[in-house]
Amino acid sequence: MVGQNQKKTFLKAMLYLLPALVIIAVFVVWPMFHTLRMSFFEKFNIFTKTGEGFGLSSYIWVLEDPTFHKALINTFIYAVVTVPVSIIISLAIAILLNSGIRGSKFFQTAYFLPYVTNAIAIGLAFRFIFHSEFGVFNKFLGFFGIDAVRWLTDPDWAMVTLCIFGTWSALAFKIVIFLSGLQGIDPQLYQAARIDEAGKWKMFTKITLPQLGPIMAYQFVIATINAFKAYNEVVGLFGDDGPLHSAITMVYYMYDKFYNANRYTIAAASGVIMFIIIMLFTFIQLGMSNRKADQ
Amino acid sequence: MNDSMKIESRWAKALVIILLTLGAITMLFPFFWMISGSLKTIREITSPEIIWWPEEEQWDNYTTVLTMKTNPFGIYFKNSIIVAVANTVFTLLTTILGAFAFSRLEFKGRDKLFSVLLATMMVPSQMYIITNFITITRMNLYDSLWAQILPYTASVFYIYLLRQFFNQIPDQIYLAAKVDGCSDWKYLWKMMVPNAKSSLVTIGLFNFIASWNAYLWPLMVTGKVEKRVLSIGLKYFASDSGTDYHLMMAGATIVILPLIVIYLVFQKYIIQGIARGGLKG
Repeated sequence: MVGQNQKKTFLKAMLYLLPALVIIAVFVVWPMFHTLRMSFFEKFNIFTKTGEGFGLSSYIWVLEDPTFHKALINTFIYAVVTVPVSIIISLAIAILLNSGIRGSKFFQTAYFLPYVTNAIAIGLAFRFIFHSEFGVFNKFLGFFGIDAVRWLTDPDWAMVTLCIFGTWSALAFKIVIFLSGLQGIDPQLYQAARIDEAGKWKMFTKITLPQLGPIMAYQFVIATINAFKAYNEVVGLFGDDGPLHSAITMVYYMYDKFYNANRYTIAAASGVIMFIIIMLFTFIQLGMSNRKADQ
Repeated sequence: MNDSMKIESRWAKALVIILLTLGAITMLFPFFWMISGSLKTIREITSPEIIWWPEEEQWDNYTTVLTMKTNPFGIYFKNSIIVAVANTVFTLLTTILGAFAFSRLEFKGRDKLFSVLLATMMVPSQMYIITNFITITRMNLYDSLWAQILPYTASVFYIYLLRQFFNQIPDQIYLAAKVDGCSDWKYLWKMMVPNAKSSLVTIGLFNFIASWNAYLWPLMVTGKVEKRVLSIGLKYFASDSGTDYHLMMAGATIVILPLIVIYLVFQKYIIQGIARGGLKG
Protein backbone atom coordinates (compact mmCIF):
# COMPACT_ATOMS: atom_id res chain seq x y z
CA MET A 1 0.00 0.00 0.00
CA VAL A 2 2.76 2.41 1.04
CA GLY A 3 4.86 1.29 -1.91
CA GLN A 4 2.03 1.97 -4.26
CA ASN A 5 1.51 5.43 -2.79
CA GLN A 6 5.17 6.17 -3.28
CA LYS A 7 4.95 5.07 -6.87
CA LYS A 8 1.93 7.29 -7.41
CA THR A 9 3.68 10.34 -5.96
CA PHE A 10 6.70 9.61 -8.10
CA LEU A 11 4.63 9.37 -11.28
CA LYS A 12 2.78 12.53 -10.41
CA ALA A 13 6.01 14.42 -9.73
CA MET A 14 7.39 13.23 -13.04
CA LEU A 15 4.33 14.60 -14.83
CA TYR A 16 4.90 17.99 -13.21
CA LEU A 17 8.59 17.87 -14.05
CA LEU A 18 8.26 16.43 -17.53
CA PRO A 19 8.20 19.68 -19.56
CA ALA A 20 11.21 21.17 -17.76
CA LEU A 21 13.17 17.91 -17.69
CA VAL A 22 12.68 17.18 -21.39
CA ILE A 23 13.92 20.64 -22.41
CA ILE A 24 16.85 20.59 -19.98
CA ALA A 25 17.82 17.06 -20.98
CA VAL A 26 17.76 17.80 -24.71
CA PHE A 27 19.24 21.29 -24.71
CA VAL A 28 21.52 21.35 -21.65
CA VAL A 29 22.54 17.92 -20.37
CA TRP A 30 22.90 16.06 -23.66
CA PRO A 31 24.92 18.89 -25.31
CA MET A 32 27.47 18.80 -22.50
CA PHE A 33 28.31 15.18 -23.23
CA HIS A 34 27.97 15.51 -26.96
CA THR A 35 30.22 18.57 -27.19
CA LEU A 36 32.77 16.81 -25.01
CA ARG A 37 32.65 13.72 -27.22
CA MET A 38 32.92 15.80 -30.38
CA SER A 39 36.01 17.56 -29.05
CA PHE A 40 37.95 14.27 -29.02
CA PHE A 41 37.56 13.64 -32.73
CA GLU A 42 39.71 14.99 -35.49
CA LYS A 43 36.80 15.29 -37.89
CA PHE A 44 33.09 15.10 -37.17
CA ASN A 45 30.16 14.85 -39.56
CA ILE A 46 27.21 16.63 -37.99
CA PHE A 47 24.69 14.91 -40.27
CA THR A 48 25.75 11.31 -39.70
CA LYS A 49 27.01 12.12 -36.19
CA THR A 50 30.13 10.09 -36.73
CA GLY A 51 33.70 11.13 -36.15
CA GLU A 52 37.11 10.06 -37.29
CA GLY A 53 40.46 10.06 -35.54
CA PHE A 54 39.63 9.72 -31.85
CA GLY A 55 42.24 11.41 -29.68
CA LEU A 56 43.53 14.77 -28.61
CA SER A 57 44.36 16.17 -32.04
CA SER A 58 41.72 18.94 -31.88
CA TYR A 59 43.01 20.10 -28.51
CA ILE A 60 46.57 20.14 -29.81
CA TRP A 61 45.43 22.07 -32.88
CA VAL A 62 43.64 24.68 -30.75
CA LEU A 63 46.48 25.04 -28.27
CA GLU A 64 48.97 25.57 -31.09
CA ASP A 65 46.78 28.01 -33.03
CA PRO A 66 48.15 31.60 -32.80
CA THR A 67 44.61 32.97 -33.22
CA PHE A 68 43.52 31.03 -30.14
CA HIS A 69 46.49 32.45 -28.21
CA LYS A 70 45.35 35.91 -29.27
CA ALA A 71 41.78 35.14 -28.17
CA LEU A 72 43.00 33.77 -24.85
CA ILE A 73 45.26 36.76 -24.14
CA ASN A 74 42.53 39.24 -25.12
CA THR A 75 39.98 37.49 -22.90
CA PHE A 76 42.43 37.61 -19.99
CA ILE A 77 43.17 41.31 -20.57
CA TYR A 78 39.45 42.00 -20.75
CA ALA A 79 38.83 40.15 -17.46
CA VAL A 80 41.85 41.56 -15.63
CA VAL A 81 40.95 45.14 -16.60
CA THR A 82 37.16 45.27 -16.52
CA VAL A 83 36.55 43.16 -13.40
CA PRO A 84 38.56 45.17 -10.83
CA VAL A 85 37.91 48.54 -12.46
CA SER A 86 34.16 48.04 -12.63
CA ILE A 87 34.08 46.69 -9.06
CA ILE A 88 35.97 49.71 -7.67
CA ILE A 89 33.86 52.25 -9.59
CA SER A 90 30.57 50.57 -8.77
CA LEU A 91 31.45 50.29 -5.08
CA ALA A 92 32.29 54.02 -5.02
CA ILE A 93 29.01 54.89 -6.74
CA ALA A 94 27.02 52.61 -4.42
CA ILE A 95 28.58 54.27 -1.37
CA LEU A 96 27.72 57.72 -2.73
CA LEU A 97 24.17 56.60 -3.51
CA ASN A 98 23.88 55.30 0.05
CA SER A 99 25.07 58.51 1.68
CA GLY A 100 21.55 59.83 2.16
CA ILE A 101 21.62 62.75 -0.24
CA ARG A 102 18.44 64.08 -1.80
CA GLY A 103 17.48 62.85 -5.26
CA SER A 104 19.17 59.50 -4.83
CA LYS A 105 16.06 57.79 -6.32
CA PHE A 106 16.63 59.68 -9.56
CA PHE A 107 20.30 58.79 -9.55
CA GLN A 108 19.50 55.13 -8.96
CA THR A 109 17.23 55.10 -12.00
CA ALA A 110 20.03 56.60 -14.09
CA TYR A 111 22.73 54.25 -12.85
CA PHE A 112 20.70 51.06 -13.17
CA LEU A 113 19.40 51.76 -16.68
CA PRO A 114 22.32 50.23 -18.64
CA TYR A 115 21.49 46.86 -17.04
CA VAL A 116 18.52 46.29 -19.34
CA THR A 117 20.08 47.42 -22.59
CA ASN A 118 20.86 45.39 -25.66
CA ALA A 119 24.64 45.05 -26.15
CA ILE A 120 24.35 45.17 -29.95
CA ALA A 121 22.28 48.37 -29.94
CA ILE A 122 24.22 50.26 -27.29
CA GLY A 123 27.44 48.96 -28.86
CA LEU A 124 26.35 50.71 -32.02
CA ALA A 125 25.88 53.93 -30.04
CA PHE A 126 29.43 53.52 -28.69
CA ARG A 127 30.69 52.87 -32.22
CA PHE A 128 29.23 56.23 -33.16
CA ILE A 129 30.73 57.92 -30.06
CA PHE A 130 34.18 56.42 -30.72
CA HIS A 131 34.20 57.12 -34.46
CA SER A 132 37.64 58.50 -35.31
CA GLU A 133 36.41 61.28 -37.62
CA PHE A 134 33.08 62.49 -36.32
CA GLY A 135 32.85 60.68 -33.00
CA VAL A 136 32.06 62.91 -30.04
CA PHE A 137 34.74 61.33 -27.86
CA ASN A 138 37.61 62.50 -30.05
CA LYS A 139 36.05 65.95 -30.28
CA PHE A 140 35.83 66.02 -26.51
CA LEU A 141 39.49 65.01 -26.17
CA GLY A 142 40.30 67.72 -28.71
CA PHE A 143 39.25 70.35 -26.15
CA PHE A 144 42.16 69.24 -24.02
CA GLY A 145 44.52 69.26 -26.98
CA ILE A 146 44.62 65.48 -27.23
CA ASP A 147 45.04 64.19 -30.78
CA ALA A 148 42.32 62.09 -32.34
CA VAL A 149 42.66 58.35 -31.65
CA ARG A 150 41.44 55.68 -34.07
CA TRP A 151 39.54 53.87 -31.33
CA LEU A 152 37.86 51.34 -33.59
CA THR A 153 40.21 50.97 -36.55
CA ASP A 154 43.66 50.93 -34.94
CA PRO A 155 44.50 47.37 -33.80
CA ASP A 156 46.60 48.78 -30.95
CA TRP A 157 43.63 50.64 -29.50
CA ALA A 158 40.87 48.11 -30.09
CA MET A 159 41.27 46.34 -26.73
CA VAL A 160 41.33 49.67 -24.89
CA THR A 161 38.05 50.66 -26.50
CA LEU A 162 36.55 47.24 -25.74
CA CYS A 163 37.59 47.50 -22.08
CA ILE A 164 36.02 50.97 -21.75
CA PHE A 165 32.75 49.70 -23.23
CA GLY A 166 32.91 46.51 -21.16
CA THR A 167 33.43 48.44 -17.93
CA TRP A 168 30.58 50.81 -18.70
CA SER A 169 28.26 47.88 -19.44
CA ALA A 170 29.21 45.98 -16.29
CA LEU A 171 28.61 48.79 -13.78
CA ALA A 172 24.82 48.79 -13.40
CA PHE A 173 24.48 45.21 -12.16
CA LYS A 174 27.29 45.63 -9.64
CA ILE A 175 25.94 48.92 -8.29
CA VAL A 176 22.60 47.25 -7.56
CA ILE A 177 24.29 44.39 -5.70
CA PHE A 178 26.63 46.65 -3.72
CA LEU A 179 23.84 49.04 -2.82
CA SER A 180 21.65 46.26 -1.45
CA GLY A 181 24.71 44.95 0.40
CA LEU A 182 25.42 48.34 1.96
CA GLN A 183 21.81 48.71 3.03
CA GLY A 184 22.03 45.35 4.75
CA ILE A 185 24.90 46.36 7.07
CA ASP A 186 23.81 46.68 10.68
CA PRO A 187 23.64 50.44 11.51
CA GLN A 188 24.72 49.71 15.09
CA LEU A 189 28.21 48.93 13.84
CA TYR A 190 28.59 52.48 12.58
CA GLN A 191 27.05 53.96 15.71
CA ALA A 192 29.57 52.12 17.83
CA ALA A 193 32.38 53.37 15.61
CA ARG A 194 31.09 56.90 15.91
CA ILE A 195 31.21 56.71 19.69
CA ASP A 196 34.84 55.66 19.32
CA GLU A 197 35.24 58.73 17.07
CA ALA A 198 36.52 56.68 14.18
CA GLY A 199 37.07 58.60 10.93
CA LYS A 200 35.19 57.98 7.70
CA TRP A 201 38.12 56.14 6.11
CA LYS A 202 38.55 53.93 9.14
CA MET A 203 34.83 53.11 9.12
CA PHE A 204 35.14 52.17 5.48
CA THR A 205 38.13 49.85 5.93
CA LYS A 206 37.13 48.42 9.30
CA ILE A 207 33.36 48.05 8.85
CA THR A 208 32.11 48.53 5.30
CA LEU A 209 34.70 46.44 3.46
CA PRO A 210 34.72 43.45 5.84
CA GLN A 211 30.92 43.48 5.99
CA LEU A 212 30.78 43.44 2.19
CA GLY A 213 33.23 40.51 2.07
CA PRO A 214 30.89 37.76 0.81
CA ILE A 215 29.25 40.14 -1.67
CA MET A 216 32.66 41.18 -2.95
CA ALA A 217 33.63 37.54 -3.51
CA TYR A 218 30.34 36.92 -5.30
CA GLN A 219 30.87 39.97 -7.52
CA PHE A 220 34.37 38.84 -8.44
CA VAL A 221 33.25 35.35 -9.39
CA ILE A 222 30.22 36.43 -11.42
CA ALA A 223 32.10 39.28 -13.12
CA THR A 224 35.03 37.04 -14.04
CA ILE A 225 32.76 34.36 -15.48
CA ASN A 226 30.91 36.98 -17.51
CA ALA A 227 34.16 38.55 -18.71
CA PHE A 228 35.39 35.16 -19.89
CA LYS A 229 32.18 34.81 -21.90
CA ALA A 230 32.49 38.22 -23.56
CA TYR A 231 31.13 38.15 -27.08
CA ASN A 232 28.12 40.45 -27.59
CA GLU A 233 30.17 43.46 -26.50
CA VAL A 234 32.78 42.71 -29.17
CA VAL A 235 30.26 42.33 -31.99
CA GLY A 236 28.25 45.33 -30.78
CA LEU A 237 31.28 47.58 -30.80
CA PHE A 238 33.16 46.39 -33.89
CA GLY A 239 30.60 44.46 -35.94
CA ASP A 240 33.22 41.67 -36.06
CA ASP A 241 36.33 40.84 -34.01
CA GLY A 242 37.97 44.22 -34.48
CA PRO A 243 40.61 45.49 -36.92
CA LEU A 244 42.91 42.59 -37.91
CA HIS A 245 41.12 40.34 -35.37
CA SER A 246 42.68 42.49 -32.66
CA ALA A 247 39.70 42.13 -30.30
CA ILE A 248 38.93 38.43 -30.78
CA THR A 249 37.75 36.66 -27.59
CA MET A 250 37.40 32.99 -26.71
CA VAL A 251 33.69 32.81 -27.43
CA TYR A 252 34.23 34.66 -30.70
CA TYR A 253 36.92 32.14 -31.64
CA MET A 254 34.63 29.24 -30.85
CA TYR A 255 31.72 30.69 -32.81
CA ASP A 256 33.96 31.55 -35.75
CA LYS A 257 35.44 28.05 -35.91
CA PHE A 258 32.03 26.44 -35.73
CA TYR A 259 29.93 28.66 -37.91
CA ASN A 260 32.24 30.30 -40.43
CA ALA A 261 35.01 27.73 -40.72
CA ASN A 262 32.84 24.64 -40.06
CA ARG A 263 35.61 23.15 -37.93
CA TYR A 264 33.21 21.50 -35.50
CA THR A 265 35.72 19.53 -33.46
CA ILE A 266 38.00 22.55 -33.10
CA ALA A 267 35.07 24.63 -31.87
CA ALA A 268 34.08 21.90 -29.41
CA ALA A 269 37.64 21.58 -28.08
CA SER A 270 37.95 25.34 -27.60
CA GLY A 271 34.59 25.32 -25.80
CA VAL A 272 35.80 22.63 -23.40
CA ILE A 273 39.05 24.52 -22.78
CA MET A 274 37.02 27.65 -22.02
CA PHE A 275 34.85 25.69 -19.59
CA ILE A 276 37.93 24.32 -17.79
CA ILE A 277 39.47 27.81 -17.48
CA ILE A 278 36.25 29.25 -16.08
CA MET A 279 35.96 26.40 -13.56
CA LEU A 280 39.58 26.80 -12.44
CA PHE A 281 39.17 30.54 -11.90
CA THR A 282 35.92 30.09 -10.03
CA PHE A 283 37.48 27.57 -7.65
CA ILE A 284 40.62 29.65 -7.13
CA GLN A 285 38.61 32.76 -6.36
CA LEU A 286 36.20 30.94 -4.06
CA GLY A 287 39.13 29.25 -2.32
CA MET A 288 40.88 32.57 -1.82
CA SER A 289 37.83 34.30 -0.41
CA ASN A 290 37.14 31.36 1.91
CA ARG A 291 40.67 31.48 3.26
CA LYS A 292 40.33 35.21 3.84
CA ALA A 293 37.09 34.60 5.70
CA ASP A 294 38.85 32.05 7.92
CA GLN A 295 41.57 34.45 9.01
CA MET B 1 18.06 53.70 3.76
CA ASN B 2 20.88 53.04 6.15
CA ASP B 3 21.25 56.40 7.84
CA SER B 4 24.43 55.61 9.71
CA MET B 5 26.43 56.21 6.54
CA LYS B 6 24.89 59.65 6.18
CA ILE B 7 27.12 62.59 5.59
CA GLU B 8 26.39 65.88 7.33
CA SER B 9 28.66 68.63 6.11
CA ARG B 10 27.31 70.82 3.36
CA TRP B 11 30.56 70.72 1.40
CA ALA B 12 30.65 66.97 1.42
CA LYS B 13 27.03 66.85 0.26
CA ALA B 14 27.74 69.18 -2.63
CA LEU B 15 30.74 67.11 -3.63
CA VAL B 16 28.71 63.89 -3.57
CA ILE B 17 26.03 65.46 -5.75
CA ILE B 18 28.61 66.73 -8.24
CA LEU B 19 30.28 63.31 -8.45
CA LEU B 20 26.97 61.50 -8.81
CA THR B 21 25.86 63.92 -11.52
CA LEU B 22 29.07 63.39 -13.50
CA GLY B 23 28.65 59.64 -13.15
CA ALA B 24 24.99 59.77 -14.17
CA ILE B 25 25.93 61.79 -17.25
CA THR B 26 28.47 59.11 -18.20
CA MET B 27 25.85 56.39 -17.79
CA LEU B 28 23.09 58.22 -19.67
CA PHE B 29 25.12 59.96 -22.35
CA PRO B 30 25.25 57.01 -24.79
CA PHE B 31 21.44 56.81 -24.68
CA PHE B 32 21.05 60.53 -25.19
CA TRP B 33 23.58 60.54 -28.02
CA MET B 34 21.86 57.62 -29.69
CA ILE B 35 18.46 59.33 -29.62
CA SER B 36 19.83 62.72 -30.64
CA GLY B 37 21.78 61.08 -33.47
CA SER B 38 18.68 59.23 -34.64
CA LEU B 39 16.98 62.57 -35.29
CA LYS B 40 19.82 64.26 -37.18
CA THR B 41 20.42 64.72 -40.88
CA ILE B 42 23.41 63.02 -42.48
CA ARG B 43 25.05 66.43 -42.59
CA GLU B 44 24.57 67.07 -38.90
CA ILE B 45 25.74 63.60 -37.92
CA THR B 46 29.03 63.86 -39.83
CA SER B 47 29.65 67.46 -38.86
CA PRO B 48 33.08 68.30 -37.38
CA GLU B 49 31.33 70.40 -34.73
CA ILE B 50 29.50 68.88 -31.77
CA ILE B 51 25.77 69.25 -32.43
CA TRP B 52 23.96 68.38 -29.21
CA TRP B 53 20.49 68.36 -30.67
CA PRO B 54 19.39 68.58 -34.35
CA GLU B 55 18.06 71.88 -35.61
CA GLU B 56 14.94 70.10 -36.78
CA GLU B 57 14.11 66.58 -35.61
CA GLN B 58 14.20 64.16 -38.54
CA TRP B 59 11.40 61.78 -37.52
CA ASP B 60 11.54 60.52 -41.09
CA ASN B 61 14.68 58.57 -40.16
CA TYR B 62 12.42 56.20 -38.25
CA THR B 63 10.01 55.79 -41.15
CA THR B 64 12.96 55.11 -43.43
CA VAL B 65 14.30 52.41 -41.11
CA LEU B 66 10.91 50.80 -40.48
CA THR B 67 10.00 50.57 -44.16
CA MET B 68 13.36 49.42 -45.54
CA LYS B 69 13.12 46.57 -48.04
CA THR B 70 16.51 44.97 -47.35
CA ASN B 71 16.24 45.14 -43.57
CA PRO B 72 12.54 45.09 -42.63
CA PHE B 73 12.60 46.34 -39.04
CA GLY B 74 8.84 45.95 -38.82
CA ILE B 75 9.19 42.19 -39.30
CA TYR B 76 12.22 42.04 -36.98
CA PHE B 77 10.22 43.79 -34.30
CA LYS B 78 7.29 41.40 -34.70
CA ASN B 79 9.62 38.38 -34.52
CA SER B 80 11.31 39.71 -31.39
CA ILE B 81 7.94 40.15 -29.70
CA ILE B 82 6.73 36.66 -30.68
CA VAL B 83 9.96 34.98 -29.57
CA ALA B 84 10.25 36.88 -26.28
CA VAL B 85 6.57 36.42 -25.34
CA ALA B 86 6.50 32.71 -26.27
CA ASN B 87 9.78 32.15 -24.44
CA THR B 88 8.48 33.84 -21.33
CA VAL B 89 5.09 32.09 -21.29
CA PHE B 90 6.62 28.62 -21.74
CA THR B 91 9.41 29.28 -19.25
CA LEU B 92 6.94 30.46 -16.61
CA LEU B 93 4.86 27.32 -17.18
CA THR B 94 7.75 24.86 -16.89
CA THR B 95 9.16 26.83 -13.95
CA ILE B 96 5.89 26.82 -11.99
CA LEU B 97 5.36 23.08 -12.51
CA GLY B 98 8.98 22.20 -11.80
CA ALA B 99 9.31 24.39 -8.72
CA PHE B 100 6.08 22.93 -7.30
CA ALA B 101 7.29 19.36 -7.74
CA PHE B 102 10.62 20.13 -6.06
CA SER B 103 9.02 22.11 -3.28
CA ARG B 104 5.90 20.15 -2.33
CA LEU B 105 5.85 16.65 -3.81
CA GLU B 106 7.91 14.22 -1.77
CA PHE B 107 9.07 11.73 -4.35
CA LYS B 108 12.00 9.36 -4.30
CA GLY B 109 15.32 10.81 -5.41
CA ARG B 110 14.02 14.38 -5.33
CA ASP B 111 17.05 15.97 -3.69
CA LYS B 112 19.47 14.02 -5.86
CA LEU B 113 17.71 15.09 -9.04
CA PHE B 114 17.68 18.68 -7.86
CA SER B 115 21.44 18.66 -7.15
CA VAL B 116 22.13 17.23 -10.60
CA LEU B 117 20.10 20.05 -12.15
CA LEU B 118 21.91 22.69 -10.09
CA ALA B 119 25.26 21.29 -11.23
CA THR B 120 24.34 21.94 -14.87
CA MET B 121 24.28 25.69 -14.11
CA MET B 122 28.08 25.69 -13.93
CA VAL B 123 28.49 24.95 -17.61
CA PRO B 124 28.57 28.10 -19.75
CA SER B 125 25.72 28.12 -22.25
CA GLN B 126 28.20 28.98 -25.00
CA MET B 127 29.50 25.44 -24.70
CA TYR B 128 26.27 23.73 -25.58
CA ILE B 129 25.08 25.87 -28.45
CA ILE B 130 27.33 23.87 -30.78
CA THR B 131 25.38 20.68 -30.13
CA ASN B 132 22.09 22.54 -29.93
CA PHE B 133 22.67 23.83 -33.44
CA ILE B 134 23.04 20.25 -34.65
CA THR B 135 19.93 19.17 -32.71
CA ILE B 136 17.80 22.02 -34.06
CA THR B 137 18.96 21.36 -37.62
CA ARG B 138 18.09 17.68 -37.31
CA MET B 139 14.66 18.62 -35.93
CA ASN B 140 14.18 20.55 -39.18
CA LEU B 141 13.75 23.75 -37.21
CA TYR B 142 16.61 25.73 -38.75
CA ASP B 143 15.36 29.13 -39.89
CA SER B 144 12.24 29.12 -37.76
CA LEU B 145 11.07 31.11 -34.78
CA TRP B 146 10.68 27.82 -32.90
CA ALA B 147 14.43 27.30 -33.12
CA GLN B 148 14.86 30.52 -31.16
CA ILE B 149 12.12 29.71 -28.65
CA LEU B 150 12.39 26.01 -27.84
CA PRO B 151 15.86 25.65 -26.22
CA TYR B 152 15.09 28.43 -23.76
CA THR B 153 11.71 27.29 -22.49
CA ALA B 154 13.04 25.82 -19.23
CA SER B 155 15.61 27.19 -16.82
CA VAL B 156 17.18 25.49 -13.83
CA PHE B 157 17.99 28.86 -12.32
CA TYR B 158 14.39 30.08 -12.40
CA ILE B 159 13.13 26.77 -10.99
CA TYR B 160 15.66 27.18 -8.19
CA LEU B 161 14.49 30.73 -7.49
CA LEU B 162 10.78 29.94 -7.50
CA ARG B 163 11.30 26.81 -5.41
CA GLN B 164 12.93 28.99 -2.75
CA PHE B 165 9.87 31.18 -2.75
CA PHE B 166 7.44 28.25 -2.67
CA ASN B 167 9.36 26.81 0.27
CA GLN B 168 8.59 29.91 2.29
CA ILE B 169 4.86 29.32 2.07
CA PRO B 170 3.99 27.42 5.29
CA ASP B 171 3.45 23.69 4.90
CA GLN B 172 0.43 23.73 7.23
CA ILE B 173 -1.71 25.49 4.64
CA TYR B 174 -0.81 22.81 2.12
CA LEU B 175 -1.60 19.98 4.52
CA ALA B 176 -4.86 21.60 5.61
CA ALA B 177 -5.87 22.05 1.99
CA LYS B 178 -5.11 18.39 1.33
CA VAL B 179 -7.28 17.30 4.26
CA ASP B 180 -10.08 19.40 2.76
CA GLY B 181 -9.69 17.35 -0.40
CA CYS B 182 -8.02 20.02 -2.46
CA SER B 183 -5.95 18.48 -5.23
CA ASP B 184 -2.31 19.39 -5.76
CA TRP B 185 -3.14 20.85 -9.14
CA LYS B 186 -5.84 23.13 -7.76
CA TYR B 187 -3.71 24.09 -4.77
CA LEU B 188 -0.85 25.08 -7.03
CA TRP B 189 -2.93 27.39 -9.22
CA LYS B 190 -5.31 28.74 -6.57
CA MET B 191 -2.85 29.18 -3.69
CA MET B 192 0.82 29.02 -4.66
CA VAL B 193 0.77 30.92 -7.95
CA PRO B 194 -1.25 33.93 -6.72
CA ASN B 195 1.01 34.10 -3.67
CA ALA B 196 4.16 34.06 -5.75
CA LYS B 197 2.94 36.78 -8.10
CA SER B 198 5.81 39.19 -7.51
CA SER B 199 8.44 36.45 -7.95
CA LEU B 200 6.74 35.36 -11.16
CA VAL B 201 6.64 38.92 -12.49
CA THR B 202 10.37 39.26 -11.80
CA ILE B 203 11.19 35.95 -13.48
CA GLY B 204 9.00 36.84 -16.44
CA LEU B 205 10.65 40.24 -16.85
CA PHE B 206 14.16 38.85 -16.71
CA ASN B 207 13.30 36.15 -19.17
CA PHE B 208 11.72 38.64 -21.55
CA ILE B 209 14.71 40.98 -21.38
CA ALA B 210 17.19 38.12 -21.84
CA SER B 211 15.26 36.87 -24.86
CA TRP B 212 15.02 40.36 -26.35
CA ASN B 213 18.78 40.79 -26.01
CA ALA B 214 19.85 37.29 -27.11
CA TYR B 215 22.29 37.42 -29.99
CA LEU B 216 24.60 34.47 -30.60
CA TRP B 217 21.97 31.72 -30.66
CA PRO B 218 19.43 33.52 -32.90
CA LEU B 219 22.30 34.44 -35.22
CA MET B 220 23.28 30.79 -35.57
CA VAL B 221 19.83 29.38 -36.30
CA THR B 222 18.53 31.97 -38.76
CA GLY B 223 19.48 32.53 -42.36
CA LYS B 224 16.39 34.06 -43.95
CA VAL B 225 15.67 37.74 -43.47
CA GLU B 226 12.04 37.05 -42.49
CA LYS B 227 13.06 34.98 -39.46
CA ARG B 228 15.50 37.45 -37.93
CA VAL B 229 14.90 39.12 -34.58
CA LEU B 230 15.88 42.73 -33.84
CA SER B 231 19.41 42.11 -32.48
CA ILE B 232 20.35 40.18 -35.60
CA GLY B 233 18.63 42.56 -37.98
CA LEU B 234 20.35 45.52 -36.39
CA LYS B 235 23.75 43.84 -36.78
CA TYR B 236 23.18 43.18 -40.50
CA PHE B 237 21.77 46.64 -41.00
CA ALA B 238 24.85 48.19 -39.37
CA SER B 239 27.21 46.34 -41.68
CA ASP B 240 25.09 47.26 -44.74
CA SER B 241 24.65 50.95 -44.06
CA GLY B 242 28.24 52.26 -44.11
CA THR B 243 28.27 55.72 -42.57
CA ASP B 244 24.52 56.27 -42.33
CA TYR B 245 24.89 56.67 -38.59
CA HIS B 246 21.64 58.64 -38.27
CA LEU B 247 19.71 55.59 -39.55
CA MET B 248 21.80 53.20 -37.45
CA MET B 249 20.98 55.23 -34.35
CA ALA B 250 17.27 55.11 -35.27
CA GLY B 251 17.55 51.31 -35.57
CA ALA B 252 19.36 51.06 -32.22
CA THR B 253 16.72 53.24 -30.58
CA ILE B 254 13.94 50.98 -31.91
CA VAL B 255 15.68 48.02 -30.25
CA ILE B 256 16.34 49.76 -26.93
CA LEU B 257 13.18 51.84 -26.44
CA PRO B 258 10.94 48.91 -25.38
CA LEU B 259 13.59 47.93 -22.81
CA ILE B 260 13.70 51.44 -21.39
CA VAL B 261 9.90 51.49 -21.10
CA ILE B 262 9.88 48.09 -19.37
CA TYR B 263 12.63 49.27 -17.06
CA LEU B 264 10.86 52.48 -16.08
CA VAL B 265 7.53 50.72 -15.48
CA PHE B 266 8.89 47.69 -13.60
CA GLN B 267 12.02 49.20 -12.04
CA LYS B 268 11.08 47.98 -8.56
CA TYR B 269 10.71 44.35 -9.65
CA ILE B 270 13.91 44.40 -11.68
CA ILE B 271 16.05 45.93 -8.93
CA GLN B 272 14.60 43.58 -6.30
CA GLY B 273 15.20 40.67 -8.62
CA ILE B 274 18.88 41.49 -9.08
CA ALA B 275 19.42 42.25 -5.41
CA ARG B 276 17.72 39.05 -4.24
CA GLY B 277 18.75 36.49 -6.76
CA GLY B 278 21.75 38.06 -8.43
CA LEU B 279 20.05 37.35 -11.73
CA LYS B 280 22.54 37.30 -14.52
CA GLY B 281 24.15 34.95 -16.95
